[in-house]
Amino acid sequence: MDFGATIQGSWQLLLQGLWATVLVSVLAIGAGIVVGFVLCLMILSKFRVLRALAGVYVWVIRGTPMLVQAFIVYFGVPQLVRLIVPGFTISTFVAGGITLTVNASAYLSEIFRSGINAVDPGQVEAARSLGLSGSRTMARIILPQAVRITIPSLVNQFIITIKDSSLLSVIGMAELVNKARVYVGATYNYFATYILVAVLYLAVISVLMVVSRRVERRLNRDKDSR
Amino acid sequence: MTKILVEAVRKRFGDLEVLRGIDLSVDAGEVICIIGPSGSGKSTLLRCVNQLERVTAGRVVVDDIVMSDPKCDLNAARQHLGMVFQGFNLFSHLTVRRNLTLAPMDVKKLPQADAEALAVELLTRVGLVDKIDAYPRQLSGGQKQRVAIARALAMQPDVMLFDEPTSALDPEMVGEVLTVMRQLAADGMTMLVVTHEMGFAREVADRVIFMDDGVIVEQGRPSEIFGNPKEPRTQDFLRRVSQAG
Ligand SMILES: Nc1ncnc2c1ncn2[C@@H]1O[C@H](COP(=O)(O)OP(=O)(O)O)[C@@H](O)[C@H]1O
Ligand SMILES: [Mg+2]
Repeated sequence: MDFGATIQGSWQLLLQGLWATVLVSVLAIGAGIVVGFVLCLMILSKFRVLRALAGVYVWVIRGTPMLVQAFIVYFGVPQLVRLIVPGFTISTFVAGGITLTVNASAYLSEIFRSGINAVDPGQVEAARSLGLSGSRTMARIILPQAVRITIPSLVNQFIITIKDSSLLSVIGMAELVNKARVYVGATYNYFATYILVAVLYLAVISVLMVVSRRVERRLNRDKDSR
Repeated sequence: MTKILVEAVRKRFGDLEVLRGIDLSVDAGEVICIIGPSGSGKSTLLRCVNQLERVTAGRVVVDDIVMSDPKCDLNAARQHLGMVFQGFNLFSHLTVRRNLTLAPMDVKKLPQADAEALAVELLTRVGLVDKIDAYPRQLSGGQKQRVAIARALAMQPDVMLFDEPTSALDPEMVGEVLTVMRQLAADGMTMLVVTHEMGFAREVADRVIFMDDGVIVEQGRPSEIFGNPKEPRTQDFLRRVSQAG
């Protein structure tokens, strides 16, 4: 129950864990944006095969628990690879990062798609009527508007990814919850330690919320009717 | 000289045939007003001219470019055709200035300085040069539509297509837009205008076309169409419009 003692005893461990949590989440959201955008373009493409591939990917990822995905990535896939490359393993950080990326990308592709669909078709018609090609219209008109529409959902996905990363403690990745479990295992300070962990998550996510609100306000300046 | 040629154009959406054989020829400098009940295919016809809608059958030729040919470079061809929409469709994330300079710079590769000079000139013409740094949201409906006209003119088209340009406007703003269009007609622009403004059609049009149910029912000089319509459907439509107005 003694927070002072718990902080003193655990802060190094917890900050290490927090750093890993933030790092893996930032990397995963960054990679997830790229993969998710490609998926989104596949879903919107006129080629049936691409649409089907992306559709199956999103369906499978959204329809299975992330914990199971993490087990497959960390234990399952390396076992398969070892049939060809004996002794193959991957680190918990890489496995965790891949799992989070795969997971976020599936949701982000949906977020991007609905952002693009939310752009008024009249904007596209105006651009095409002026002679802009399909890809120039995408780059100049649709994407800039879709980005504004998408930001709140994007930040929301970022928050979910940070929280989901706590599941990676189960495959032994040294993120915040995993470090806390190590500390608790030695000291039995459950209450104070996990409250501290919760406060750390809350702090990081709150910073994110504040930043996103700033960004949103900036991007939407043109919408002020002054 | 023939500017636009529409030959036996048909357009269907699924089971619905919206254009059922349209023939139309527009000379350079001619101002044509298209009238007719809602759902008769007026917008679809206009959108077939610049191929925002591909035709199901028939040919559309603009300036000797066969727009309806699947191999036609539409992006190049559309530079000849400005279009003004009922809902303005100004690029909402861009300033008025960027709305006007985007296509000339992006498509025609006009240097920025030239594009901006052109934007200033056109905005002066529509009386909105003081709004050059405003965003669309900061403009009234009438101002938006005048900017939209200027934006289309910035590509220096030789034909302008208008799809009910004043229908979304509050009554007190209709005049300012019609004034700009009148000026454009007086300057010799070839214009195809879908409109419910019978006064404008009567005064400005060289030819009035009455459409109903996907066909051109009747066409002629405004005095003929408004003063002495021959077809019962035209008479009926004009009677209803004058009662409503
Ligand atoms: N993209 C589309 N898909 C299906 N039906 C359409 C589409 N565009 C127009 N229509 C239909 O075609 C008919 C004519 O429409 P339109 O050309 O807009 O008429 P108008 O402009 O004369 O009011 C209407 O019945 C409309 O519902
Ligand atoms: Mg219409």
